[in-house]
Amino acid sequence: MTSFILTRSFQSIIVLFVMSLIVFAGVNLVGDPVDMLINPEADQMEIDRVIRELGLDRPVSEQYWYFVVNAFQGDLGRSFIFGEPALKLIIQRMPATMELALFSLFMAVVFGIPLGVYAGLKPESKVSRTIMAGSILGFSMPTFWVGIILIMFFSVSLGWLPSTGRGEVATYFGVTSSIFTLDGLSHLFLPAFNLALFKLSSVIRLARAGTREVILQDYIKFARAKGVSETRVVRVHVLKNIMIPVVTIIGLEFGSLIAFSTVTETVFAWPGMGKLIIDSIYNLDRPIIVAYLMIIVVIFVTLNLIVDILYSVLDPRVRIKGVS
Amino acid sequence: MNKTLNTSPDNTPPSGLKKFWSDFSESTTAVVALIIFFTILFIALFAPWVSPSDPYDLTSVDIMNSRLPPGSEDFAGNIYLLGTDGAGRDMLSAIIYGLRVSLGVGALSGFVALILGAAVGLSAAYFGGRFETISMRIVDIQLSFPSILMALIILAAFGKGVEKTVIALILVQWAYYARAARASALVEKNKEYVEAAHCLALGHRRIILSHIMPNCMAPLIVVGTLQTAHAISLEATLSFLGLGLPITEPSLGLLIGNGFDYMYSGDFWISIFPGVALLITIVSINLVGDQLRDMFNPRLQK
Repeated sequence: MTSFILTRSFQSIIVLFVMSLIVFAGVNLVGDPVDMLINPEADQMEIDRVIRELGLDRPVSEQYWYFVVNAFQGDLGRSFIFGEPALKLIIQRMPATMELALFSLFMAVVFGIPLGVYAGLKPESKVSRTIMAGSILGFSMPTFWVGIILIMFFSVSLGWLPSTGRGEVATYFGVTSSIFTLDGLSHLFLPAFNLALFKLSSVIRLARAGTREVILQDYIKFARAKGVSETRVVRVHVLKNIMIPVVTIIGLEFGSLIAFSTVTETVFAWPGMGKLIIDSIYNLDRPIIVAYLMIIVVIFVTLNLIVDILYSVLDPRVRIKGVS
Repeated sequence: MNKTLNTSPDNTPPSGLKKFWSDFSESTTAVVALIIFFTILFIALFAPWVSPSDPYDLTSVDIMNSRLPPGSEDFAGNIYLLGTDGAGRDMLSAIIYGLRVSLGVGALSGFVALILGAAVGLSAAYFGGRFETISMRIVDIQLSFPSILMALIILAAFGKGVEKTVIALILVQWAYYARAARASALVEKNKEYVEAAHCLALGHRRIILSHIMPNCMAPLIVVGTLQTAHAISLEATLSFLGLGLPITEPSLGLLIGNGFDYMYSGDFWISIFPGVALLITIVSINLVGDQLRDMFNPRLQK
């Protein structure tokens, strides 16, 4: 077990190293780093000062070393637009993104599992067919377009829910979030539903496939023969057994929710880090782009590492294969 | 699958294409989807002849006609079935030309990614060794990042543009093809006909290209259809965000993005209709791909 975690952690560090090389190369070798990292409005003296400060007058290998050392010290450059450290700006916006992603995940699970289990229990019924057709549609519809439709319908036509911003936030137990106020919740609902739709479809499919498999097992037949009520069979015996694949997929896909939040945040003007990166790409605010990429790589590598380790805890076969 | 075997009167199995079609047409939904897809393809290919007007011909576009609702008529008597956009262009024509760009970018990137991915996957399976370890490790790492993120990284580094978007889509997709090609080539590699080819002392290239590759095509075609739908959707997303295609190549994603600005004033048609066109395209390709996957899935064959 320890050796498995060690090999995997080592591999993660290599991935981090390779990604930092790619990001560094993208900024410093593809374009001119002076253009990329220095505010285009700076005068010659300022340019010379920053060139010395960033070590751009030194050989490339040394520059990479500086990049890594600075990154470890939490210094990924200053934003041209805001004039503040890029890392600080991103971390400020991280809670909004996390809140959105977690709430969507919650929605996907709360709606997805009952719908999927129902479709699995009665695969031939009309309702089940509608649910499955809906899940195919949810798979195919581009996130940004669904967002537009939601805004058009619920905000512009009906005027029920607000379509931009995060609304009022409140702080409880050291967590500042908009789920604590009614206004915040009403702002959160549409973007979270938009982001959840894709995951909702995959949770429905997984729950349905799992239910259809579990329902044929002997222990279900036994429970029914024993006279256990149908509700209890579904609630206890079916639900418990389909949760394993659902939970693993949820863990794996949390990262993709964060990635896709760039789209949803842009459509709903949600002040998270996804909107920040898109705005920064428009404004060519390169320090923020670099910092965002490095942070997201760290998040992903960590998530993958955690999932890998959890897998090996749940399923020893993974561990044996991984080491050999 | 049972049905098809029973319906053939003599016991000889039906020929390749016939069998393919009879398997495929088992699902009515898939046949309808295929017909819709071919219609879309036809419209896109023959856009100049099919569309009511050329939306990018400046002499025929009049700013006076901007933001007309669907079905309205201008002073010259032209009818705009799906309305006009902010510059007075006919939305129906803009969508038809947009389909052309979207399908073109999707197909081109999918095709190049297929070739690149198949080359890496097949050689990884065939030669094995360090090349296989390294290339498959790269595939694993890449697939652990969501495609939208990979595309954002690439476009943030290189900037926007047609060829850059195509390159980004290729780099995002090749790994899926590489994995599928390697998986089926690993199975084929140990079969007797490959052994026989080795005994005939045929060259590596010939064994890979004319013996192993044809037998790995089925899963690659399945991955290909589903990936192309994915690529079209991804391109639309990137273009909507303003990071993909430039405004000189107005794909469906760009049209939707344009309409987004007018939506708050209630002009829904500018972004809804291109979206519907995009959705129909993606769903029809996905349904065809789903049916192909079921057909080639040995576990579902009875």
